Amino acid sequence: MASKQFNIKSYTGFKAITLLCLVVLYAPLVVVTIYSFNASQSLTNWEGVSLRWYADVFTGPESGKFKTAAKNSFFIAIVAATVATTIATLAATGMVRGGRFRFRTVSFGLISLPLMVPEIVLAVATLIFFNSIGFERGLLTILLAHIAFCIPFAYLPISARMQGIEDSYEQAALDLYATKRQAFTKILLPLMMPGIISGFLLAFIVSLDDFIITNFVKGAGVETLPTAIFGSVKQGIKPNIMAISTMLLSVSIVMVTISYFVSKSDNTK
Amino acid sequence: MTDTQQIAIDVRDAVKRYGDFTALKKISLSIMDNEFFTLLGPSGCGKTTLLRMIAGFEDVTEGAIFLFGDEIENLPPNKRPVNTVFQNYALFPHMTILENVAFGLEMRGTSKAEALKKAGEMLELVQLSQFSARKPSQLSGGQQQRVALARALAPQPKVLLLDEPLSALDLKLRKAMQLELKHLQRETGITFIFVTHDQEEALTMSDRIAVMSAGEMQQLGTPTDIYERPHNMFVADFIGETNLLEVSVDGIESGRATCHLGGGHELTCNAVEGIGVGSKVHMSIRPERLYMSDSPVETESLKGRIKENIFVGTDITTIVDLQDGPNFVVRTSNSDRGNKRIFEPGTEMFVNMELGAARLLAD
Repeated sequence: MASKQFNIKSYTGFKAITLLCLVVLYAPLVVVTIYSFNASQSLTNWEGVSLRWYADVFTGPESGKFKTAAKNSFFIAIVAATVATTIATLAATGMVRGGRFRFRTVSFGLISLPLMVPEIVLAVATLIFFNSIGFERGLLTILLAHIAFCIPFAYLPISARMQGIEDSYEQAALDLYATKRQAFTKILLPLMMPGIISGFLLAFIVSLDDFIITNFVKGAGVETLPTAIFGSVKQGIKPNIMAISTMLLSVSIVMVTISYFVSKSDNTK
Repeated sequence: MTDTQQIAIDVRDAVKRYGDFTALKKISLSIMDNEFFTLLGPSGCGKTTLLRMIAGFEDVTEGAIFLFGDEIENLPPNKRPVNTVFQNYALFPHMTILENVAFGLEMRGTSKAEALKKAGEMLELVQLSQFSARKPSQLSGGQQQRVALARALAPQPKVLLLDEPLSALDLKLRKAMQLELKHLQRETGITFIFVTHDQEEALTMSDRIAVMSAGEMQQLGTPTDIYERPHNMFVADFIGETNLLEVSVDGIESGRATCHLGGGHELTCNAVEGIGVGSKVHMSIRPERLYMSDSPVETESLKGRIKENIFVGTDITTIVDLQDGPNFVVRTSNSDRGNKRIFEPGTEMFVNMELGAARLLAD
């Protein structure tokens, strides 16, 4: 071996394994993206570059269905992410700044548990819950379910951020005649903002992408983008699905990128 | 201190307990207006707890605290007209230097324009005007320290609390800041309560010092009092360098106590109330109060042999072995070498001290 360092790059097969992982992860996405620009009616035969399937999404026979679904999806994602982020911010404030209380560890476990529970279990549980309290399924049930499962996703970046903020800042604010409320709004909240934005974006993406829970709790006739896509695919995959998927993918990439840069901008330093 | 001077902070029988642990055991002290007062002690002695109780960050378990006659121990921190300079400065990272300094004034209801104007004046006082638009992270440690000071002084508190504010600075900067703090205190006329574990810092800056240990006040006095007339072993040992020797008191006559130490050596010191004939106590002699000679000079001369000379820059520290007795540390200032002698190791000589240089200590 030329390199005597314990650098993982010098291990045999490092490059090959890395390449394999990248291919497995991204090849399907790349293929879908490329074929969304296919001029052909067929899924697999390449007949040249065209935007016809993008046009089809907005003007084709299924466009009305997709438009309604997209509106629903964005409405639900924005409202659910906003409410979930607010709840998560308050929860993080209580958990991190509440001093030591008896059920602190248990509370933390409870908040993050939904991340580890199989989604299908959550979906069934949510459905049973709505049925047992006699809630009619529709947009509202989707919204409530999304708010609930988005909370842990919003909570994690917010509480991680908050743990990095020393409590001497708030003490200094109190010492300088700020009320507790002012210390929160003028000092703690601005310092937490990168975590809050990051939590909001994460919750937004998770809500926008969700299929399983949505499919269980949505009422008849109410569709979000993922369920509309699924419904459409059941009747055979058409290239317009690839165009929608590609657009959805770009939204996700933009959100995740923003989230990454926001969480990296550390305003406590 | 004049008779008309007011008491700024009056701590009466203050006790602080955390569960079973007692951090402060019935502390009472009065800090005068316009005083530079230092709480000095090793870590865990309760000095920071006491400061935080005055600031309002810790509850008072028992007792009371008065600020210019008003009882304050039940008020929240934002209702107490005292400000704190924190150990880590705690400058708000998302605000500029100017906004940081203006914060307290704004929270007190001063208009934004007025607050910013006064904050600018404060920054001038600490010579940081040119940095007012910067964020705290763009400043050096010493500059951040001065901003923290300006921020705490801007709302014109009745008392300024300083929690080991110099501990993060390097030695040179620390020395400069010590003088700057002292000047600032004189200029503003605000009472400063300063917490430190550094005895030299305390001696340099303070009007009065309270030496604390294990939640109790060991001694309260001026720097000279505390250095020259320590009440007990802890104070003598903690403040400066000293020779602590075990002695037995043989006789007391007209204010003088005759004591003997190991090896048949005898010494006379001033008698101390509460230490009677037959007591076995400790005695403290500061190394700089001792000097060496060929033959006995003072009435209090002890015969010994030089063990070692250590050159420490401004001084030479000599370790003397008293025959069959304890070791003595003698310090000779380099500037004094014309008058005082340094002997080679192994030489027999006498260690001399003035009557009264040695102090008996209660334990």
